[in-house]
Amino acid sequence: MTIVNPANVRSWARLGPRGTFGLALLEAASENEDLFVITADLCTTSGLDRFRSAYPDRFVNTGIAEQNMLGIAAGLAKEGYRVFCTSFATFAAMRSYEMVRLNMGYMGFNIKLVGLAAGFGMGMFGNTHYGTEDLALMRVIPGLSIISPADCTEVLKATKAAARYDGPVYLRLTGVSGHPIVYQDDYEFEIGRAIRLREGDDIAIVATGTMVFQSLEAADLLGQHGISTCVINMHTLKPLDIAAIDSLMDKELIVTVEEHSVIGGLGGAVAEYKSCLNAFPPQLFLGIEDKFEKAGSYKYMLEKNGLTGPKIASSIMQRLGRPVFKKVAHVE
Amino acid sequence: MDIPELERIQKMASRMRRTAIDLAFKAGQNGAHLGSGLSIIELTATLYCGVMRFDPKNPAWPDRDRFILSKGHGSLGYYTALAEAGFISREQLFSFEEDGGDLPGQPSMNQNLGIEFSSGSLGLGLSLGLGSALAGRRVGKKYNVFVLMGDGEVNEGAVWEAAMAAAHYKLGTLIAIIDSNGMQSDGCNASVISTDLKSMWSGFGWETVTVDGHDIHSIYGVLKDAGRKPEGIPLTVIAKTVKGKGIDFMENNNEWHHNVLTKARYDAALLALSADKIRP
Repeated sequence: MTIVNPANVRSWARLGPRGTFGLALLEAASENEDLFVITADLCTTSGLDRFRSAYPDRFVNTGIAEQNMLGIAAGLAKEGYRVFCTSFATFAAMRSYEMVRLNMGYMGFNIKLVGLAAGFGMGMFGNTHYGTEDLALMRVIPGLSIISPADCTEVLKATKAAARYDGPVYLRLTGVSGHPIVYQDDYEFEIGRAIRLREGDDIAIVATGTMVFQSLEAADLLGQHGISTCVINMHTLKPLDIAAIDSLMDKELIVTVEEHSVIGGLGGAVAEYKSCLNAFPPQLFLGIEDKFEKAGSYKYMLEKNGLTGPKIASSIMQRLGRPVFKKVAHVE
Repeated sequence: MDIPELERIQKMASRMRRTAIDLAFKAGQNGAHLGSGLSIIELTATLYCGVMRFDPKNPAWPDRDRFILSKGHGSLGYYTALAEAGFISREQLFSFEEDGGDLPGQPSMNQNLGIEFSSGSLGLGLSLGLGSALAGRRVGKKYNVFVLMGDGEVNEGAVWEAAMAAAHYKLGTLIAIIDSNGMQSDGCNASVISTDLKSMWSGFGWETVTVDGHDIHSIYGVLKDAGRKPEGIPLTVIAKTVKGKGIDFMENNNEWHHNVLTKARYDAALLALSADKIRP
């Protein structure tokens, strides 16, 4: 079995989320005779070439037909299979949305829908290929679990956890190959249980997916300005770990950061919960602005939307009413 | 041909049609999809009385044939067949369209009642059937998967994604039945979106047969020995039917696509049924 050690962690990061996903699924299939995979013409892109060769009788390619993919998945799931379906996040979540609602939500089939290259992962492909509203759409469907891993090591763990889990899952893969590493060493991953990566007294950042690494970097920068920042990896958006939110009630500010629209995703989930409490800190929503912008490379789009460590730190400083730093400098 | 069997199916269809009217009346102001429930009755009667293998005492029997009512609004022709087949008691059947009940206007998945999948949103059943057929083939089972669709329903693009894949994967246990009553919500197919069903299905690589969808002899002839081939060409049966079949004032009348059956109309419907019986 794959061991989480520094060499493997580096190699998965190089491979990227999709390659690591394919690797994880190959392993999960060897442990699980009822695991089946369907893709909509994205076998190679999903890192599934080795899976297809190893388990040709547990693999179906529907061609470019995401709706049919979700239907076939339901038919197979009804007969006892746990079925992984892969496509780019935007198509997985949107082209087949009604099938997701009915087959995964209403009928509750054991389907794991994998949204590849969510957020700006498709870079210069542009807006048609950006998966920037998928969390909002998936969250509103009753019964779905939604997982958004922070780095490639977590992709591996989340994929295996999803394979073991009985029930419908949306697994959102953000980031590209050469993914920054959050987890160097092995750790315990449990669906629905957030991970506190950094302790801090003043404010808290709750992040998901690629934004976990960026938030850690922001926390470092904020620390240099004397702002002690707690960082939570909210790898599961649904069910939301409300105990983790409860633990942040003494903070001056809660910041949510996601590579997703500022509407309806992680920020929305945290805000919905918080607003029911009697007293809670204000919230700063960081994410993708509510508009379509001109497309660009992955790095460019993150910069443009303020989704890098320095930009996140800067937005937080601004919100706190402290001077915005032009470049990193130590306060005292 | 086994004549007693055909007679049994015919009688079952007659009872189903009468029960469907009773159910629609019972549904009161909720109304019911009478037109397309009545058009499929000979099809479902033949499937459940003479063609499909199943065991109502063991609704999840792994070798059972699967039936998917993709056109979920045909529920009157489906629930009545499930009742005749022993999946649903008469009492349960008359919980049709009750608040919070198991038999809403469009079927809700319930294995104990023999309902394989939820349906109602059109165009989704064939994909579900593909999954069922692939699963059966993988474990060497030869159960058939029957998917009943409407001729308006096939306007949906998802149907054709599934049609394409079924031919590619050579699902010789998959049988699509099109209830070709020539009408859809907004009127005649031809006036809404004209289609050439036969050449479309053939073009997608399916064996295509046309039958009179109210002639039990023909339906039985086509379906009795269909499928059962793990590797083969999937079959489409285009069943020419009449929307609202059997009730003169409902036939080919789109007012009865979905409508409320008042007491007066109910009595008129029963009269039409008895008149139909004495027709030569």
